Amino acid sequence: MTHPENAAEFLKDSQKSKWHDETLWFVRDKRDKVSKGIPEWEQLRELASGIKDNVLANLANYLEEFERNTTKNGIIVHWAADSEEHNRLVLEILQQQNCTAVVKSKSILTEECHLNPYLEKHGVEVVDTDLGERIVQFLNQPPSHIVLPAIHLKKGEISELFHEKLHTEKGNEDPAYLTQAARVHLREKFFAAKVAITGVNFGIAETGEFVVCTNEGNADMGVHLAQVHIACMGIEKILPRRKDLGVFLRLLARSATGQPITNYNSHFRSPSTGKEIHIILVDNGRTAQLAREKFRNSLKCIRCGACMNTCPIYRRSGGFSYNSTVPGPIGSILSPGLDLKKHSSLPFASTLCGSCTDVCPVKINIHEQLYEWRQEVTKTQGEFAKGLSMKLANGIFKSPLAYKISGSLMRNAVKSLPNSLIYHPLNTWGKNRNLPDPPKESFQQWYRKNRS
Amino acid sequence: MSSREKILSAIRSLTLEPKALPDIPHFSNSGDLVERFTQSISGNKGEVMTKSEFEEWFSTSGFSKVISLSDHFSKLATLSLPEDPHDLETLEVAILDGQFGVAENGAIWLEDSQLGLRALPFATEHLVIVLDRNRLEDTMHQGYDKIAAAHSGFGLFLAGPSKTADIEQSLVIGAQGAKSLRVVLI
Repeated sequence: MTHPENAAEFLKDSQKSKWHDETLWFVRDKRDKVSKGIPEWEQLRELASGIKDNVLANLANYLEEFERNTTKNGIIVHWAADSEEHNRLVLEILQQQNCTAVVKSKSILTEECHLNPYLEKHGVEVVDTDLGERIVQFLNQPPSHIVLPAIHLKKGEISELFHEKLHTEKGNEDPAYLTQAARVHLREKFFAAKVAITGVNFGIAETGEFVVCTNEGNADMGVHLAQVHIACMGIEKILPRRKDLGVFLRLLARSATGQPITNYNSHFRSPSTGKEIHIILVDNGRTAQLAREKFRNSLKCIRCGACMNTCPIYRRSGGFSYNSTVPGPIGSILSPGLDLKKHSSLPFASTLCGSCTDVCPVKINIHEQLYEWRQEVTKTQGEFAKGLSMKLANGIFKSPLAYKISGSLMRNAVKSLPNSLIYHPLNTWGKNRNLPDPPKESFQQWYRKNRS
Repeated sequence: MSSREKILSAIRSLTLEPKALPDIPHFSNSGDLVERFTQSISGNKGEVMTKSEFEEWFSTSGFSKVISLSDHFSKLATLSLPEDPHDLETLEVAILDGQFGVAENGAIWLEDSQLGLRALPFATEHLVIVLDRNRLEDTMHQGYDKIAAAHSGFGLFLAGPSKTADIEQSLVIGAQGAKSLRVVLI
């Protein structure tokens, strides 16, 4: 299904989609407020972007430095060219440990690799331990947002789900009550798991340490109780120096949810005595994206989700409409690199308003890349249906007389068009849109009257 | 060819324009550090207290399972640190010394030497961190300057209790980890 088809499905429940829109805008607003409290905010964005530029320009060297230092620290490093290899490596570690139940904290990379279905097929129970992720896992859904996985659900739905899965009281929709039930359920899983899987927010080449940020503390609950910690890391997550974390930790949570920092920011350098830490460094299309000059700096992304919260399309169409692990504006420039045919409608799921670029903490030119992907899609898919109307418009704009006549015709037509025509099911433009009041006169007429 | 070589050689086959690594300038803010730190912690849903406020809270709450690794409150401990972190499942209070705090966001730095067991500040029901009020830093930059050469197997910037807003964006304190954070400034 294309993005417009999925979006239409989401918009059927108009009350819920309105709530979705407003809730994400509220998060965007919090981000604005907290960022304005930092006088050097724009300088920090510039720095973060510059540091990531340097990382991407020297990625091979930094990866080797990171490997050297992590190994020295007693961490076991693995490399995976693609998702299949990543999944196989995880399974091998689990099998060495005779582990059939694993706890996993939020990791968009493991979603991208479809690790859960792979492990389940091989008889391993996977428990997602972030509350939002556990909720969508119970529903057999992927997360609909990379920071707020269950943002598409209302508490009534979660209450019903927990009644079925965790035997909470029927009809009790209190978020504190439901969270407490999940706490009891998840803590039981933490204390029983032999192996814990996490993602990685940042890997530091200089020290060979890596950082994982959460608010719930679920990553730490998992790994410190388990015997073995498997950290799955995209190769672009490297930072050169420990002090670079100062820049990125100041930006990440403020951009994501408007908090000054996540409550837990854990720096893993070497395992506790008698335990193991494994890192899997994953390519899965990243070197291919690095080779695409126009799209290279999409790899700067630190997965804060700010571009989703601000995007007028994302807010009104929901994460699932993108049918891609990373949805929203950043997903729409990352996913076409993985499978252009499958994701060909995503670069068009944007008004190109540029708000995503404005809020991006690492200054990725997201809306320009969306435009560039459109050119790539058009090249491979040929003319679009819009071609005819574009040709017509081309003729009108070329001739001053045609432009004048059509302008006056349109002003009258917009006024007198019957609603039945505008809001006809065949006219997709009329869905969820209202025509503006047409101006009484053209700009030329107004200028003659007022300025000449 | 191994995947390692495949990835590294794929990157090295590209002509990538060199980009210099930027220096991080010195950033600083104005304002009283204690005041800003206190505000930050309360924004993160923790609480900053004086020694006597803490002692009053503790004496009236009737906890029976308490681990204290802080020299300031070693007498309050009822349990010693276990060997196995699984024994922390029913722990009610952990009292730890923090190395330093960051005023801009309330983050407190802890390393293996303060934690005893890495699971301790997460698994406990209530967490208390004792912090010297003269050990507050302005921003994260000063924080990382302080630990530039530190070499602990595990380190943590902790800024509040475990929290979530995953159900309809309603903030709930006490998700999977500690249900409260109290910072005692001495």
